[in-house]
Amino acid sequence: MQYMLLIWENEALTAAKSEAEQQAVFAEYMKFTDDIRNRDVFRAGDPLLPSETAATVRVRDGKPVTTDGPFAETREQLGGYYIVECETLEQACGYAARIPGARDGAIEVRPIMQMDG
Amino acid sequence: MAEDRIALLLRAEIPGVRARLIGALRDFDRAEDALQDALERAWERWPQDGVPDRPAAWLYRVAERRAFDALRHDDVVQRHTTLLGSDAGIAPTPEDLLARADFDDDLLRLIFTCCHPLLRPDARAALTLRTVLDLSQDEVARAFLVEPRTLEQRLVRAKRRLREAGMEWLVPSGAELDARLDDVLRVAYLIFTEGYSATAGERLTRPDLCALAIVLMRRLNRMLRGRAEALGLLALMLLQDSRSANRTDPAGHPVLLDDQDRSRWDGAKIREGSVLLEKALHLRQAPGPYQIQAAIAALHANATSAGATDWDQITALYDALLKVDDTPVIRLNRAVAIAMARGAAAGMAELDRLKSITTLQGYHPYHAARGALLWRLQRRGDAVRCYRTALGLVRNAAEAAFLRRRIAQLEAGEVFTAAAAPGGPETPQSY
Repeated sequence: MQYMLLIWENEALTAAKSEAEQQAVFAEYMKFTDDIRNRDVFRAGDPLLPSETAATVRVRDGKPVTTDGPFAETREQLGGYYIVECETLEQACGYAARIPGARDGAIEVRPIMQMDG
Repeated sequence: MAEDRIALLLRAEIPGVRARLIGALRDFDRAEDALQDALERAWERWPQDGVPDRPAAWLYRVAERRAFDALRHDDVVQRHTTLLGSDAGIAPTPEDLLARADFDDDLLRLIFTCCHPLLRPDARAALTLRTVLDLSQDEVARAFLVEPRTLEQRLVRAKRRLREAGMEWLVPSGAELDARLDDVLRVAYLIFTEGYSATAGERLTRPDLCALAIVLMRRLNRMLRGRAEALGLLALMLLQDSRSANRTDPAGHPVLLDDQDRSRWDGAKIREGSVLLEKALHLRQAPGPYQIQAAIAALHANATSAGATDWDQITALYDALLKVDDTPVIRLNRAVAIAMARGAAAGMAELDRLKSITTLQGYHPYHAARGALLWRLQRRGDAVRCYRTALGLVRNAAEAAFLRRRIAQLEAGEVFTAAAAPGGPETPQSY
């Protein structure tokens, strides 16, 4: 079963980090990613640029309407994701807990619906 | 580790809590005293009890209590009670209201208050650094290279002016928002440029100010969406800052744009800056000076080599920039772009047209640019004279060393070649 691990990060906390602290977190992410690659758990994963770069599109009355900013103006914003292959939700949650972002924000674990039957 | 985490949380929450306190008390100093008390209390309690669920609300609650205690014991209690709009004495914010409190709203009001047109531009930047970006008074003094006492007086005067004017506590709306937002953006850019090219002092850059200005613009864009110029300014800062690691050599001397190792530019910042610029332009608000400057910076940042820089396009963008923001420095940069696009003689002809602008006569990059073009035109004697004038005006030790090196090269009779002076003429944009 594949699970998507959505990394909700507190951007105010990220911004408050010094360059050195941010680099330390980055190094932790690299280490974690290497580890789940080696275990053949990693399927995909990327960091996202900060929410200032976000645009949100809705179609209303048949017309696309694009607004500046993320879907929801909340303290936590989507900062990145992983897709992992695990046998159980419990295992996926175990990996989620090891994501550095779990300490400052939250990791949402979502099983991926398999469309190929 | 736990202490690091508490320090980080406090750093993130302090500006919002301070803003809300200033809004409630309408008094910067009382707010600061209350905040410091609350921070002390947090350092007593949090290491043992753990960090509360909503740290900002916790800090605000404690600070508010301290502030009211102080007010009660104060002889001005009467005046402040009226100000707080409560006849029945001072009541703490009800719990449910605090739970819903949006500290960002207050932070936004604080930013507009700090950048109020009542204040002088240097006071606006100082107050913003002190309250919104949480620098200590000494740090702000160092940022502006003034004595701490001078800075303190500047802040005291600014706070008094705001108090005397009644300190409106709101985010402007309608047409006023555009004008006031311009003021805010100018302050943010002033902080950035102060860090980008220190006007005086030993080293060329003070990167901490650049980082702070970027933090300020990130916050502003999150609180105020869909403002093309605000996005454009953040894009401009990121694109310029992408070169920060390479703009000076290990000794702190400036390295010209064309001599910089492009592979060491910060690719993530260039990508983010480029995306933000694209987004700003898609909003289709008339492009203002920050979006246009960001477009110029993006052409530099995305050029694969110095030789691949599209100087024709850059010249066209400077033409557009002059239409919205006609300043001597922009005219100077345009002349340099023309020199790069059409040759030193064409650039020199443009520079000659700027001769009568007195502000440029006192601006060392103007004379350095003349020197650079005259050298290319094999007029070494004239070039040395221009570089000497520039040297007489420069206040930054790193830039002075650079100019001395040029003078030495010219006096040794060195003929201009790409190897002798790789890259374009030196301008404020070219480091």
